[in-house]
Amino acid sequence: MREWSLKVTLRHLGRPGCSDAVDTMTPVTAPPLIDSDVLERVLTASLAKGGEMAEVFAEDRQISSAILDDRRIEELSSGRERGAGIRVVIGETTGFAHTADLTESGLLAAAEAAAAVARRGGGRTETVGLPARQSAPEHDFVLPSEVEKSAKLELLSRADDAARSAGAAITQVQVGYGDSRRRVLIASSEGMHSEDDQIRTRFNVSCVATGDTGMQTGFESIARTEGFEVFGRFAVEEIARIAATRALGKLDARPAPSGELPVVLAGGSGGILFHEACGHGLEADHIVKDASVYVGQVGEQVASALVTLVDDGTVGGEWGNYAVDDEGKAAARNVLIENGVLTDYLWDWLRARKEGRPSSGNGRRQSYQHLPMVRMTNTFLLAGKENPDELVAQTPKGVYVAKLGGGQVNTATGDFVFGTSEAYLIEDGKITSPLRDANLIGNGPEVLRRIDAVADDFAMMPGTCGKDGQSVPVGCGQATLRIGGITIGGTAA
Amino acid sequence: MSDLVALAERIVAKAKAGEEIEAYVARGHDIEVRAYDGEVESLSSATTGGIGVRVLVANGSEGARLGFAWAGSLDDEVVESAVDEARDNATFATPDPDVAFATPDGVPATELDLWDQSVADTATDEKVAIALELERRVRAADPRIRQVSSADYGDERVEVALASTTGIRSFTQRTAAFLSVSAIAGEGSDSHTGTGFSVARGFAGLDLDRAGVDAVERSTRMLGATKVPSDRLTVVFDRRVVSTLLSIISSALSGEAVVKGRSFFAGRMGEKVATGSFTLVDDPTDPRAFAAAAHDAEGLACRRTVLIDSGTLAGFFYDTVSARRAGTSSTGSAVRGGYSGTPGAGCRALVLQPGRHDQQAILAVVGEGLYVQSVTGVHSGVNPVSGDFSVGVEGLMVRDGGLAEPVREVTVASSLQRMLQSVLHVGVDIEWLPGIAAGQTLAIGDMQLSGS
Repeated sequence: MREWSLKVTLRHLGRPGCSDAVDTMTPVTAPPLIDSDVLERVLTASLAKGGEMAEVFAEDRQISSAILDDRRIEELSSGRERGAGIRVVIGETTGFAHTADLTESGLLAAAEAAAAVARRGGGRTETVGLPARQSAPEHDFVLPSEVEKSAKLELLSRADDAARSAGAAITQVQVGYGDSRRRVLIASSEGMHSEDDQIRTRFNVSCVATGDTGMQTGFESIARTEGFEVFGRFAVEEIARIAATRALGKLDARPAPSGELPVVLAGGSGGILFHEACGHGLEADHIVKDASVYVGQVGEQVASALVTLVDDGTVGGEWGNYAVDDEGKAAARNVLIENGVLTDYLWDWLRARKEGRPSSGNGRRQSYQHLPMVRMTNTFLLAGKENPDELVAQTPKGVYVAKLGGGQVNTATGDFVFGTSEAYLIEDGKITSPLRDANLIGNGPEVLRRIDAVADDFAMMPGTCGKDGQSVPVGCGQATLRIGGITIGGTAA
Repeated sequence: MSDLVALAERIVAKAKAGEEIEAYVARGHDIEVRAYDGEVESLSSATTGGIGVRVLVANGSEGARLGFAWAGSLDDEVVESAVDEARDNATFATPDPDVAFATPDGVPATELDLWDQSVADTATDEKVAIALELERRVRAADPRIRQVSSADYGDERVEVALASTTGIRSFTQRTAAFLSVSAIAGEGSDSHTGTGFSVARGFAGLDLDRAGVDAVERSTRMLGATKVPSDRLTVVFDRRVVSTLLSIISSALSGEAVVKGRSFFAGRMGEKVATGSFTLVDDPTDPRAFAAAAHDAEGLACRRTVLIDSGTLAGFFYDTVSARRAGTSSTGSAVRGGYSGTPGAGCRALVLQPGRHDQQAILAVVGEGLYVQSVTGVHSGVNPVSGDFSVGVEGLMVRDGGLAEPVREVTVASSLQRMLQSVLHVGVDIEWLPGIAAGQTLAIGDMQLSGS
């Protein structure tokens, strides 16, 4: 619920849109969010009218964030949200209701609302019994709640100082810090009974640089599924310096070209290319509805033989990680494209059930107030063998993209865009003039076939992925690579 | 109603000496039905509620410190801990003389009836039936409709109470209902998508025909679309796209962006920033606007603000803090993203002063160019600080004053500054759309199309 309905706005605007970031485990002794006997009674009640599957998803989320803007610590915010979503499935129909009331009576009321769809299903009296709870894995992260607020705020001031000292033309700096702890518990009539404890930490810097040609912006972030200890490995001054340098560099930028040119994407520049060019199109909810260009393509060559694409929610500390998905299924490493051949799609429980196969552990939801759907975790292209510098040297004319912003795709047509936030011309095999920001546009299967070189310098980047009104953290990764030709949406003729 | 106001007042009463407290309390009921392939794919219903508490602690001559906390619950114990947490957070903020809560400014709130009881009174079965009917009609409308990936009905009832130790008391309630459908048209290996929707205050105001016809027309007319060669040309933007464009332009008209040096409009008050036919107003007191409101998110009366007057930069919009920083007063333009967000300056009901022509007449006058039906990559290719503008588009060429062959996989680019100076025609065809801006056809000259 919002002050006015963003849901409506997002819904009609439609397609998955993903952007730069920024915006996991518990001691075994922590009590579960809901006791087993209560869960069994709620699940039994959920099925009393004839549903085929019932599930309780409980969540307790604590969030804190801080913003430094215009040299002031403007806002320190703390929030807490807890509740449960109950889903009852009968045939092809899902009933769903959620409540912030985790007492047995609150849960039973939600169960009754969710089960309303099953009223024509006929009665059913069996009792649901749950197996022993699969506890969240133990971890040694520094919990956000164990860190003094002053220690979090000190990071903001350090980053502000570093950004402003990067150049006199830096005229404004905004620094954001955020952490969250999300405990979830999933129990279903199909014997699922697991929990997870997800700790996330993010830090981002946005700079404005002002020069004769107007203003330019630079952004950089880190976002990890880890605790406060990440700041022992990532220096906030370095994040600030990168953001500031990015804004300063564009003050001399010339308009991006228009028309088709070869494009070299730097390692770790985004990987959002694959997230948009094929990641969304491989989500089984689009596949089962015949709303993707990749329908019926398993076993087919859908990309250059240099492309091996993986979705993996278990990569140490990455932003898209979790131990179990929001349906209780363990995260896994799923190979989607191997040497250019499509090997599989991404699955959640509902779509996998339809095809009589197991979920791939990709059922995710923004919160207990949402139904799960198929989502990516960390999606990345495996590194190749070439030297990244030589790859540029072998490109007579083109565009070098050092950093990407967000992107968007229409899965049914395969057409997608992604934006640059730091790019340069390549002339005679050398990186030359900086370019103003622009979107690039292409068609997924076509662009994947035009990848003609992949280097050996792999890196990941965090992002926030939006789909059907729900946002979840994801990772994207790739080595330096070249696309033989793609349309660049600049203003230069 | 009264229970939310009473809760807000109870929170405010917890203020200690030297402290100001503001409480935002919200509750919503919503339902959503998705139809697919003649069946109900999902039916969701819920009641949600939460509070957002801001605490200001006086800090002598240096100003005050602000802290915020929120919770997704209306339970008393949760409320208590949110107040304590906000108070604790305040001790860490930088003291700031401009940080303050709104105080009543004497502007009377417009009486608006934004509540349609039919949202609550209509039976769930009827809501399910309209979603199923929408799907059925779109599937049956044209043999080239290959798939309807979703057909949704949704509605919500939202109540918000605000109170503060600085004298603010407001209560607002609104309803909204929507229909939305996403169609895929196909011929051979060619597929294209089109969405249609209808929004209204209540169930009865929804236009089933319109939603269906839009989805069918927008998907089928794109069949056979190709990439065209790069060109510099006039672009006619569809109403829905213009609503998005106005929303982006407004972020550069935010007093907060201006005072913090993040707007290309900074320092240009009174200058000619657009062509003379361009007059942009934010008027949340117009009840036809989707986000119309009597009170802003700090409890002040919403009011009409002229932002660009016949091409001349005439005003910025402010919430309380940004107004104080700029040495002016709030324009009643505080908005929030719900109970978990703090207020910031934002528009609710942007609209252009209408020109003389509808879309068809504008196409006829333009003669040759590109009509843009939808855009992609707005968040990755439009920068309201630098003004750089580059978006992916789908649409139809304009030839001999009418719509001609469909176009896909191309971009159009310019800068927001240049686009405002290149407005050729503003449509008379105002359509109130979901979001913060009305839609009207808009023709802009001298844009770069990038294609093959």
